[in-house]
Amino acid sequence: MAVVGVLALQGSFNEHIAALRRLGVKGVEIKKPEQLDNVASLIIPGGESTTMAKLAQYHNLFPALREFVKMGKPVWGTCAGLIFLANKAVGQKIGGQELIGGLDCTVHRNFFGSQIQSFETELSVPELASKEGGPETFRGVFIRAPAILEVGPEVQVLADYPVPSNKVLDSNSAAEMQEEKDWSEEKVIVAVRQGNLLATAFHPELTADTRWHSYFLKMASNVLEEASSSIVAVGGVDLSLNKQPKNDLPIFQ
Amino acid sequence: MADTGVVTVYGNGAIYETTAKKSPFSVKVGLAQMLRGGVIMDVVNAEQARVAEEAGACAVMALERVPADIRAQGGVARMSDPQLIKEIKQAVTIPVMAKARIGHFVEAQILEAIGVDYVDESEVLTVADEDNHINKHNFRVPFVCGCRNLGEALRRIREGAAMIRTKGEAGTGNVVEAVRHVRSVMGDIRVLRNMDDDEVFAFAKKISAPYDLVMQTKQLGRLPVVHFAAGGVATPADAALMMQLGCDGVFVGSGVFKSGDPARRARAIVQAVTHYSDPDMLAEVSCGLGEAMVGINLNDDKVERYANRSE
Repeated sequence: MAVVGVLALQGSFNEHIAALRRLGVKGVEIKKPEQLDNVASLIIPGGESTTMAKLAQYHNLFPALREFVKMGKPVWGTCAGLIFLANKAVGQKIGGQELIGGLDCTVHRNFFGSQIQSFETELSVPELASKEGGPETFRGVFIRAPAILEVGPEVQVLADYPVPSNKVLDSNSAAEMQEEKDWSEEKVIVAVRQGNLLATAFHPELTADTRWHSYFLKMASNVLEEASSSIVAVGGVDLSLNKQPKNDLPIFQ
Repeated sequence: MADTGVVTVYGNGAIYETTAKKSPFSVKVGLAQMLRGGVIMDVVNAEQARVAEEAGACAVMALERVPADIRAQGGVARMSDPQLIKEIKQAVTIPVMAKARIGHFVEAQILEAIGVDYVDESEVLTVADEDNHINKHNFRVPFVCGCRNLGEALRRIREGAAMIRTKGEAGTGNVVEAVRHVRSVMGDIRVLRNMDDDEVFAFAKKISAPYDLVMQTKQLGRLPVVHFAAGGVATPADAALMMQLGCDGVFVGSGVFKSGDPARRARAIVQAVTHYSDPDMLAEVSCGLGEAMVGINLNDDKVERYANRSE
């Protein structure tokens, strides 16, 4: 079984690795560009996207990540990872932040507001349920979450979430406000797929339900079959980081 | 109590009408989980907050004075001016935390009302209630609390804290107390893991912690919430030490903005936390950071121990 890389700069990478372990798959931490050569697929976890972008910049990870996406290798971004993958993001910090891009959509960085507005909900996920079975809904944990405002024609919408139309967006510039008015529709998109890119605005890694992870693994194994010999077995992955695996946090049901 | 009554009794559900299941514990813990592997920095104004954000801090703690100044100036330390917190919130996109005095639930209500992302019920501020902590279940905003040992950590979690930081000794630039407290928590957990189930009842009694949380900690082999280190971290090496001892992340108080080159030091500490197990990288980021904050020797009895202000 192939190993899955998890970008381990900051955030919920331990939770992703734990979820992969529950499925019997090994996740390895990716902290440096050269480590990307050893994995066939990558998960970009939740966390503070500003922080993760800064850390990626310090270690010159962006060119390698863009190359990874361009090669068509499967990448899944949750929350902050979704922002990384988007072609365009609004509501960023002053001076903006670097993105990987590749996913043809516009993301609002902090659409749902601050921690007090964070919430949990049962999302309707027909595509996931048809592929992975199980209930028609998925427990979506939204923490200072982003949302997708617009998607390109090639993007498949996997889940959306209704928002009250009088929702006030906390943006700091009036110009942005103007722009956003057009998007104040009744639903925002919270999960998408475009080719080998998967993105969710919520955090499947914080729940016991591993269907999103196995959905992603199937995407990854399809790619592996198509290009069977081109991917070399994992050799030089630095496993020393995983010598003392930290214990997982409990999942609060 | 009658609905029309003027007097509201704390802890009677009367404190906040909107505590309805909008913010379950899982969501509160969730934000803390997003902070894992990150650095939270104390800032006193919007410019410092921007410096922290640029350096890669995963959150900022908005304060009027950093702990080193509170120590130097003395007097009663209270919650910061909400105006200041609002300005800092405007300036950055990362989460903003703020401190409330221990037991001062009205300060916490104010902080919740202005929309801070996390409230730190902190011993660095002057204690408002010497016997009781805030009943944190009554709030939608999540709380972080300090601890010196496992029992104290689990008592805070039972009160509703969604994140724990070991206290250390704030504003000293001396990591010795932080190490003592992290070692104490981790050591107790190791003892607990090897304990026979029958002995856990007595152990829970000994550390004065709720039995169910002690049992959960035993099964997990770690605290059931995110656990950061705090109090005295001043260098990248200090931060990496905390991570190698098993913490999920680090609070840096006076260590950054009381040093010679704050932007550089902040960035180095952030990188040290990400690459905490890579000595080559730690050596690289520790080079040429300028002067560290002046430390305080804790063997001197005259230095007040903030950590001992609450149980």
